[in-house]
Amino acid sequence: MKYEAVIGLEVHAELSTKSKIYCSCSAKFGAGINTHTCPVCTGMPGALPVLNRQVVHYAAKMGLATGCTINQLCKADRKNYFYPDLPKAYQISQFDVPICENGEVWFYVNGEKKCCRLERIHFEEDAGKLLHEEIDGTVVDFNRCGVPLIEMVTRPDLRSSAEAKEFLETIKTTLSYLDICDCKMEEGSIRCDINVSIRPEGSEELGTRVEMKNVNTFSGAVRAIDYEIKRQIDLVEAGGTVQQETRRWDDVKMKNTVMRTKEDAQDYRYFPDPDLIAVEIDDAWLEKIRSEIPELPVSRYERYRNEYGMTAMEARQLSDSFAKATMLDEAAASGKVKPKAAANWILSDVSKYLNDTEKELEATALTSEKLVDLICLIDSGTISGNAGKKVLVQLFETDESAEQIVERLGLKQVSDEGAILSIVQDVLAKNEKAVADFKAGKNVTGFLVGQCMKASKGQGNPQVINKLLAAELQKL
Amino acid sequence: MELMKKTAAELSAMLERKEVSAVELAKAAFARTAEVDGKVGAYLTVAEDPALAAAEAVDRRRAAGETLPPLAGVPVAVKDNICTEGTLTTCASKMLYNFVPPYNATVIEKLTENGAVVTGKVNMDEFAMGSSCENSAMKVTHNPHGLDRVPGGSSGGSAAVVAAGEVPLSLGSDTGGSIRQPASFCGVVGLKPTYGAVSRYGLIAFASSLDQIGPFARTVEDAAMLMDAIVGHDPLHDSTSAKAPFEGSLRANLNADMKGVRIGLPKEYFGAGISDEVRASVLAAADTYKALGAEVFEISLPLVEYALPIYYILSSAEASSNLARFDGVKYGYRAEGCEELLDIYVKSRSQGFGQEVQRRIMLGTYVLSSGYYDAYYKKARAAQRKIRAEFAAAFETCDVILTPVAPTTAYEIGSRTTNPLEMYAGDICTVSINIAGLPAMVQPCGFDGNRLPIGMQLIGPRFGEQKLMNAGLAYEQASGLKNIIAAL
Repeated sequence: MKYEAVIGLEVHAELSTKSKIYCSCSAKFGAGINTHTCPVCTGMPGALPVLNRQVVHYAAKMGLATGCTINQLCKADRKNYFYPDLPKAYQISQFDVPICENGEVWFYVNGEKKCCRLERIHFEEDAGKLLHEEIDGTVVDFNRCGVPLIEMVTRPDLRSSAEAKEFLETIKTTLSYLDICDCKMEEGSIRCDINVSIRPEGSEELGTRVEMKNVNTFSGAVRAIDYEIKRQIDLVEAGGTVQQETRRWDDVKMKNTVMRTKEDAQDYRYFPDPDLIAVEIDDAWLEKIRSEIPELPVSRYERYRNEYGMTAMEARQLSDSFAKATMLDEAAASGKVKPKAAANWILSDVSKYLNDTEKELEATALTSEKLVDLICLIDSGTISGNAGKKVLVQLFETDESAEQIVERLGLKQVSDEGAILSIVQDVLAKNEKAVADFKAGKNVTGFLVGQCMKASKGQGNPQVINKLLAAELQKL
Repeated sequence: MELMKKTAAELSAMLERKEVSAVELAKAAFARTAEVDGKVGAYLTVAEDPALAAAEAVDRRRAAGETLPPLAGVPVAVKDNICTEGTLTTCASKMLYNFVPPYNATVIEKLTENGAVVTGKVNMDEFAMGSSCENSAMKVTHNPHGLDRVPGGSSGGSAAVVAAGEVPLSLGSDTGGSIRQPASFCGVVGLKPTYGAVSRYGLIAFASSLDQIGPFARTVEDAAMLMDAIVGHDPLHDSTSAKAPFEGSLRANLNADMKGVRIGLPKEYFGAGISDEVRASVLAAADTYKALGAEVFEISLPLVEYALPIYYILSSAEASSNLARFDGVKYGYRAEGCEELLDIYVKSRSQGFGQEVQRRIMLGTYVLSSGYYDAYYKKARAAQRKIRAEFAAAFETCDVILTPVAPTTAYEIGSRTTNPLEMYAGDICTVSINIAGLPAMVQPCGFDGNRLPIGMQLIGPRFGEQKLMNAGLAYEQASGLKNIIAAL
């Protein structure tokens, strides 16, 4: 029998707010153990939470970007369970009225456009971290405790690990476009739980689902899903039945093991947090949030393909990065350069520089204006393409304009025919052998052009050199 | 000793006139405590060193010519569920026997800003659960008016310490009557403010949606003075604190004119459960109000009969979650000989919490459980809304409502510890006020045959504290029942 996998995801993203969700401690990653803590985020007796409104702003932004309905009146609920990384023994989350509901995420898989529906997005606080190897025993680090998260819960709309991966990539680029998450996978900024079930192909019924936890990378998600699909099919083929349970994925051993069965399912005893008041997002606030949302990656991808005729890979590379796509769009909007020319620069030399230096485009001095000026200098013949590459490196690192750099490095191209003619004549006079070879019918043009370029210290306009050299050779 | 017989207002005036120093007052308070607290047992921690340091600071500022707030230099005792930085805060529980908070509650910050001298921490029922102080894991507190009697609870220490003349003022907390019932038992004034009027930050939570910190004093004016210091919006720390509870100073705006003031007597509060002596005493107070020119009439609040079950469902539900953080991991009591994580939780909580606390945690866990949530918690919330509406409607016709506080006067220590339901029933007159989020003030209105104080309760509309204080002052002036210090 052929089987179809049905996959749903619960994606957690840490929001890049300055302070935590319910106190004023820094939400920054990587500080010394228990240095970003206070009575509130360590669950001291008597301490009370006060909501960071930026969290609401960011959560609603993601909701609007994914076509969700925003519940303009929502609330925070307590999810009660005991664990040492949860100092209050409850997590402040959202239960029956999440901030966002019923959204859609569109993405491309192997050239085909797909939609995965979002059931909900809610905001909540992250838990602390248990460090087992620090000393003899376990250290609880509460720095992460209270870092704001959004949890995005999908409908069971994904059918393969490839679809899940593309969905996750799209969530990631969207978060980064919205500038609400730093998307640093290695710091756990995005994590996901995966629900997998199988059913006979063609069936509309949902099978028993298994939840997998501890998936920390997108490639890990692919491996975990493929493993689980195969495990379930093998189980059913062997006459067994899939049990509703939670399994822990081990990305080193490449297998999962049972964490909890249905019988041990926890009763979280959700109830509205009496320490917090209802969250109200008025129309003006909602409109402000909406106005901050840029054109999203999938839309840009389609535009680059359709309007600029880019390949899927080019369009994807550009649209994946908000900074690159924005640079391209601004360059195109200047009307001074061909979009494709700007795209080529961004995809080749700009990207190479960023890869080599491991820098983010936003962290460099390059702007779209500078890039446009550079391309114009090349288009007008003021500098050569090769000189342009040298200028670009400077544009990343200094505040100088392209013109200033050309001036400083003396890269201006010599196109003056009189000056070049004397160089050509000089080169011909000095290279008797090459002239003799030419007369004997050999092709020495390349060599002679090189000599002319050398004599011009690289500044001679190659087209002018070619033209005048050809004319001089004719005269011989 | 003589100094501690005075009211806070009198002491404040003496301090201002430099007839007495804050240090002298603090020393007088500690001397009185040394004299009588062996019998009363109000204090869990006497904070002599920090108190004297605070008093010295006040004296220095006054000597330097600064104009100080009225409370500057006045001794105040604090219930042991309010966090005091550097001073033990135990909630009278084995669970927090060694807990020294790293921060101050907002009310403590406010007391400090006002120059009040915190003398120490006083006894209570464990985690504020109880009505007699007998649930304290630390000690027994005795009613200063009858040492074989309970002081009431849960803020029994706060009431007793003021009634015994150890300090003129104290802070307590009230979730279902925990300020008012002990005030009644000990013959002092106690105010449960409107929910949101006083910041809860640093009050170790019992039931977050019902808890309020409030003042104990021996006169209405003194209660107003302490309330003036602790009231106010706390946007950085307490989301449930109200923006502008009321205008100006309660104390400065006191006005004892009762002419035309409409006072409702809800018949449901004077029913069969109330002892004849208590009923007669409160009705006599109603007559006093009539004589002062108030309009006094019977009203009906039929839904209050549901207040008790609503209260025990909501308060226990919240408590089960609020007290979950006491898990033996981070602070407080941890059981010895734990092999694994679950052991730490189960043993620490079983050994650290007393019976009443465990009973309420179980009750609360049950009503929040999947399958029972709708039948209990959700229904109780819906009923709460109806009770609120009923009170709001009542305040269309009345300015204040007058009721008894407790069915009886203070009972004998140990006489009611076997049946928790009997103890719960004593809360009948007080819990409805927390359910409705309203302010209510208790003050003495007489004595029973055993010379034990009887209290009356004045209930006001939301943020109607001034109305309560005014009515309380008028009765106090007419009856002369004020600044009652137990003979010890």
